[in-house]
Amino acid sequence: MAELESLQAPLGVGFPSSASSIPAPTVTSRHSVLVRVTHWIITLCFFALLVSGVEILISHPRFYWGETGTVLTTPLFKLPIPSSRTLVPTGYGYVLPDQNGWSRYLHFEAAWILVLTGLLYAIFGFFSGHFRKNLLPAKADRSWRAFSTAIAGHLRFRRPSDAEAQSYNVPQRLTYLFVIFVLFPLVIWSGLAMSPAFVSAFPTTATLLGGRQSARTIHFFVSLALALFVLVHLVMICVAGFWSRTRAMITGQTDSRQEERT
Amino acid sequence: MTDLTRRKLIASGIAVTAGVSGLGVAARIAQRYGLVPPDHGGIYGLGETLTYASQRLLTRHSLAREFSRSQISKRPLANEIAPPSRAFKRLQAAGFVDWRLSVDGMVDRPGSFSLAELKTYPSRSQITEVACEEGWSYIAEWIGVPLAHVLNLVGVHPQARYVAYFSIEPDWWDSMDMADAMHPQTFLTYGMNGDELPVGNGGPLRMRVPRQLGYKSVKFITHLTVTDNLKGFGKGLGSAAPEAGYAWYAGI
Repeated sequence: MAELESLQAPLGVGFPSSASSIPAPTVTSRHSVLVRVTHWIITLCFFALLVSGVEILISHPRFYWGETGTVLTTPLFKLPIPSSRTLVPTGYGYVLPDQNGWSRYLHFEAAWILVLTGLLYAIFGFFSGHFRKNLLPAKADRSWRAFSTAIAGHLRFRRPSDAEAQSYNVPQRLTYLFVIFVLFPLVIWSGLAMSPAFVSAFPTTATLLGGRQSARTIHFFVSLALALFVLVHLVMICVAGFWSRTRAMITGQTDSRQEERT
Repeated sequence: MTDLTRRKLIASGIAVTAGVSGLGVAARIAQRYGLVPPDHGGIYGLGETLTYASQRLLTRHSLAREFSRSQISKRPLANEIAPPSRAFKRLQAAGFVDWRLSVDGMVDRPGSFSLAELKTYPSRSQITEVACEEGWSYIAEWIGVPLAHVLNLVGVHPQARYVAYFSIEPDWWDSMDMADAMHPQTFLTYGMNGDELPVGNGGPLRMRVPRQLGYKSVKFITHLTVTDNLKGFGKGLGSAAPEAGYAWYAGI
């Protein structure tokens, strides 16, 4: 028990160098408590946002560019799906039930929890060195060669080596950094740009994105990118060993020997 | 269990207690400063309160974006069908000369105003966007008298906190806090794009609350009540919207 606790140092996020210094590395700490807790809260919020977002979207599955857009104006593009409102001509002979009420309530509540949790994670990430040590590629890896080797390995669905299973490779690190520092800020920004009250206080939120309807279109594409990320993330976890990776994100530990066999 | 983990346990216990009592105090303060929406109950209450409170703190005096005349939408979407009631049809047939807006509640001089009377008051116009919660939006010029002007005429009591407003359509009503009610862009709107306000856009009289989504701008307004408590209206959730599952505050 004492040995276990010492391995689970509070900020001891596992990566190869520290793992090798521990005697008998059968059980190693993979993710710190804060990373694990915020990961699952954000997972829950993301799915709530995705489901409620789709529900809100089907009330007007048309997209525009610029400030304004209605059924009377030419859309940038339309989604070939039925709508939950009679107002929208979709070509389908029926109208889906309106779900916007609870969807909007849930969307904003989940957004609040996600943003607050994300802030906690970001502050932790900066001050604990989590971003620097675990996500920023190591100096030696900041080259195209290291990047392409890792990409090639990914494309061949090569299972990660023992050392790799304890740390992130370069494309993984860059993807996480992109999701955390580009996609999430952008989806929050474009979301706020659709709030008439927020925009009244900070008009540039909307104008910098090209207007309210542009913000809505950007919000849609960034959400799509995030959903795609989650999909790839899930596929990668399955390739690397679903249960061992999920267990690592719940308990913080991986059993490296067992992983070889599964 | 080692000393370190025991110390940690005590520390986190204190942190949780402090957090919970801190939340309690925050809720009391928020209630006192009018930062809690009337539909704060239930599982979505946390999100609604956070949104309303933070937007009230950030946007109490901010002005909705105004646009240039060239940005006015060529075809403003008339998304309303005329109320089917006989009362409305009779008023419409007479050109709305008998349309009246009654004002009561916590005011010194309750009264009733015809459209012609409202039009004698200082007229204002704004070129602002209507954004629907569905996602569409258009820009139009809205012409009317600021609600604040009418409220000042009737003399609002200092303890008033909300203005409830009612459509001629049954079960269509809403309310706003005094920050929105006294806001210079909140209009009793009777004109649009240099003309009368069409019935399809809520004419002859529509509330215009440009810092909130379209559904807050209730159409066919006939009645206002000034109050310090929304409990006695409908199911006590602030407006007809939460009774249909929609948020009372529509700033986002």
